Amino acid sequence: MGLLRAVLRHPSGRIGLGIIVVFLVLAVLGAVGLTPHDPLKQFVVDRLKPPSATYWFGTDLLGRDTFSRLMLGIGESFLVAFASVAVAATAGTLIGLFAAWWGHLWDGVLMRIMDVLLAFPAILLALLIVAIEGPGVVTSITAIGIVYTPIFARVVRAPALALKAREFVEAARTFGSSQGYILSRHLLLNLVAPLTVQITLALAWSLLTESGLSFLGLGTQPPAPSLGVMLAESKSMMTRAPWLMLFPGLTIMLAILGFNLLGDALRDILDPRTRERTA
Amino acid sequence: MKPLLSVRDLHVGFGRDPAAHEVVKGVSFELAAGETLAIVGESGSGKSVTALSVNRLVDFGGGKITGGSITLDRTGGAVDITSADEAVLQGIRGREIGMIFQEPMTSLNPVHTVGRQIEEAFRLSRGITGHAATIAAREALERVRIPDATQRLGYYPHQLSGGMRQRVMIAMVIAANPRLLIADEPTTALDVTVQAQIMALLAELRAETQMAMIFITHDIGLVAGVADQIMVMQQGAAVEQGALDAVIDHPQHDYTKHLLGAVPHFTSGAAVLGDGVRNGEQAPIVRVDNLVVRFPAARGLFARASGAVHAVDGIDFDLRPGETLAIVGESGSGKSTTARAILGLTPATRGGIAVAGHGHRPVQMVFQDPFASLNPRLDVESLLAEPAIAAGQKVDAKLRERMVTLLKRVGLPEDALTRYPHQFSGGQRQRLAIARALMLNPDVVVLDEAVSALDVSVQARVLELLVDLQREFGLAYLFISHDMAVVERIAHRIAVMYAGQLVEIGDARSVLADPQHSYTRRLIGAVPAIDRRRQDFKVDNTQVPSLLKPRGYEPPPARWREAGTDHRVRLEEQ
Repeated sequence: MGLLRAVLRHPSGRIGLGIIVVFLVLAVLGAVGLTPHDPLKQFVVDRLKPPSATYWFGTDLLGRDTFSRLMLGIGESFLVAFASVAVAATAGTLIGLFAAWWGHLWDGVLMRIMDVLLAFPAILLALLIVAIEGPGVVTSITAIGIVYTPIFARVVRAPALALKAREFVEAARTFGSSQGYILSRHLLLNLVAPLTVQITLALAWSLLTESGLSFLGLGTQPPAPSLGVMLAESKSMMTRAPWLMLFPGLTIMLAILGFNLLGDALRDILDPRTRERTA
Repeated sequence: MKPLLSVRDLHVGFGRDPAAHEVVKGVSFELAAGETLAIVGESGSGKSVTALSVNRLVDFGGGKITGGSITLDRTGGAVDITSADEAVLQGIRGREIGMIFQEPMTSLNPVHTVGRQIEEAFRLSRGITGHAATIAAREALERVRIPDATQRLGYYPHQLSGGMRQRVMIAMVIAANPRLLIADEPTTALDVTVQAQIMALLAELRAETQMAMIFITHDIGLVAGVADQIMVMQQGAAVEQGALDAVIDHPQHDYTKHLLGAVPHFTSGAAVLGDGVRNGEQAPIVRVDNLVVRFPAARGLFARASGAVHAVDGIDFDLRPGETLAIVGESGSGKSTTARAILGLTPATRGGIAVAGHGHRPVQMVFQDPFASLNPRLDVESLLAEPAIAAGQKVDAKLRERMVTLLKRVGLPEDALTRYPHQFSGGQRQRLAIARALMLNPDVVVLDEAVSALDVSVQARVLELLVDLQREFGLAYLFISHDMAVVERIAHRIAVMYAGQLVEIGDARSVLADPQHSYTRRLIGAVPAIDRRRQDFKVDNTQVPSLLKPRGYEPPPARWREAGTDHRVRLEEQ
């Protein structure tokens, strides 16, 4: 609760958290069916209508309500973003932790594998997985999750190496504490701060990557809307119906801005150097 | 005569509202050319901030001078430092006011040779370049008594010892012939014999160059030999200032008296506890038998070890229940490695360590820095529970009761259980670390420089606590320290280590009052002491022999001589 209060007191934290909460509420409402119109229903008479009181963000070529579709699309994109970051954070943290703890050969082997993964663009890796699995939400989550794993492994390994050499870990050894206890209480607990920041920032990137994959048709499959799918559908009508591109594009931009602002705020709050000045 | 430096009613604050967060609250002093002022105080007293204000370096640390004046007498007329602009200050810093810091490694550039850095100092301050600068640099190294100066010019900072680095720092600073030298705890990070060397060097340089000095320290005993004036600071204010002898011999303010009383005066064995005389054949609780710890020294990844660092080279001693054995020596003497080997943190290359204690872990350890040895993210309950959890106990009401009892016993409040380490002071944290070490009822506690990081007055109380706990629980202590005055107050027996070997061991009073080995004598001679301030003792600039030995090297067997009932000395090679 102290963290939430600190975020709300931080100017960019307040804005970032506000944006994310608004999108999350929209996504949840969309998921439970509380949309102004049926997002999949085609109002054939109202095709390509500009924004109005009935259709707040206008309609597309098939007469579907853009706002309702956007609500569903936000949900779809956020789901992939959160799930893939969860995968990457878990795998990356474990790999980084064990590489630092075991050291020597393990460190070398694990981190070289991470280097190889880091060299793959997300799209290329997704193509590879699509070739095996076929396109879809699970493919996006797997691809983005794998691509961001090395970043978490790196973020965890460096401070874990430093923590391992700290005196309180040495002290734990003199008590005969188990490896699991030392790893969870002395290492992981001290990594919560950098991980929190990294997770928030990774959400922004993975949202962007998800949109990219869907735009190329490798992620979420139509007619289910995701932000990338909606952008892809709008591109042929860019001049006739600019609202079709404008609103999903703005949503992506705002969501990334929100995550980044929140991440910056968390970094300020959790960094002990800045915290000492404010405390 | 006009003073070189005159500080009037100086106020310095920090943060957004410096006037509200004052760290220095109205300090005044005057310093004549060639005079030395010692500013003494504990951490947080504002002593460093006062000194950093004199060359306005305090600006870069987020501080702001909110009132008063600092007048520096220059050749072109007096300057008020508080209002001078940055261009003037840059001309003053280095050229007129030199500064040396506590940790020379962070003040030297690690990627340049020391020769280059000293040449740079000459170029910047006096415009000397090229061959002339090289010659000047060599002379500067000779001036700070560095042997083989010509070769040392090509060394990088990491190739030099801490004392050598501090000498290089001093050489760089005096290259500019400053009229005022500010020394901020310049010897705190150094061993006591090296400290004595540096203090003697500063005194000699002052006599040669007639520069004035501001010497900042927490150790009132250290400045007794060098200062002309002394200023005692507490919470940003000067509580007492005046001529050295007047302040030390007739302190007026309670805090000065307290500081003088808290400093552990070294009394050559007179203050040794009398309760630890060995009687009969009590079985030892720890027996160390010909312990050898070596680390392979390999150059490059695939190269075979070309030699080994002989950190501990064949030492024997035993420790009996209820007894304190102090291991003294300088950094690199192997005393900490010995402790780590006993705890199993460092594997022994050879030799035996037998511990006769009972329970899960009969040997526990208290580390030097309580800020580093307590996980900042765990509350006190979790910190104290850790040894018990490691021993397979459950965290239940009974265990919590023991925590509360121990917390009370070490002098911490009962409600401390839910608090976090950062909510305690340094001394309280060390008490917490002691309580944690006692959680499992150990037989032996290894105290590795356990009071060295504490302020003197806190140090005295923690030492008292340790002595009380020892009597109450019958603990045996292995007390590792470089500070002879502290050792005198707690040790029953003393073992002196030098370059990985034991050179003298025996009853504390006997070793301190009648040291036999030349190294023990040197170590004791280097202890700064208020009552010895008028004695002049010769400074020994001997360097410690290298611990790096070629492959297969074995030291010649030690030969010992009995110097008393419980007092053995290693024979020295002639």
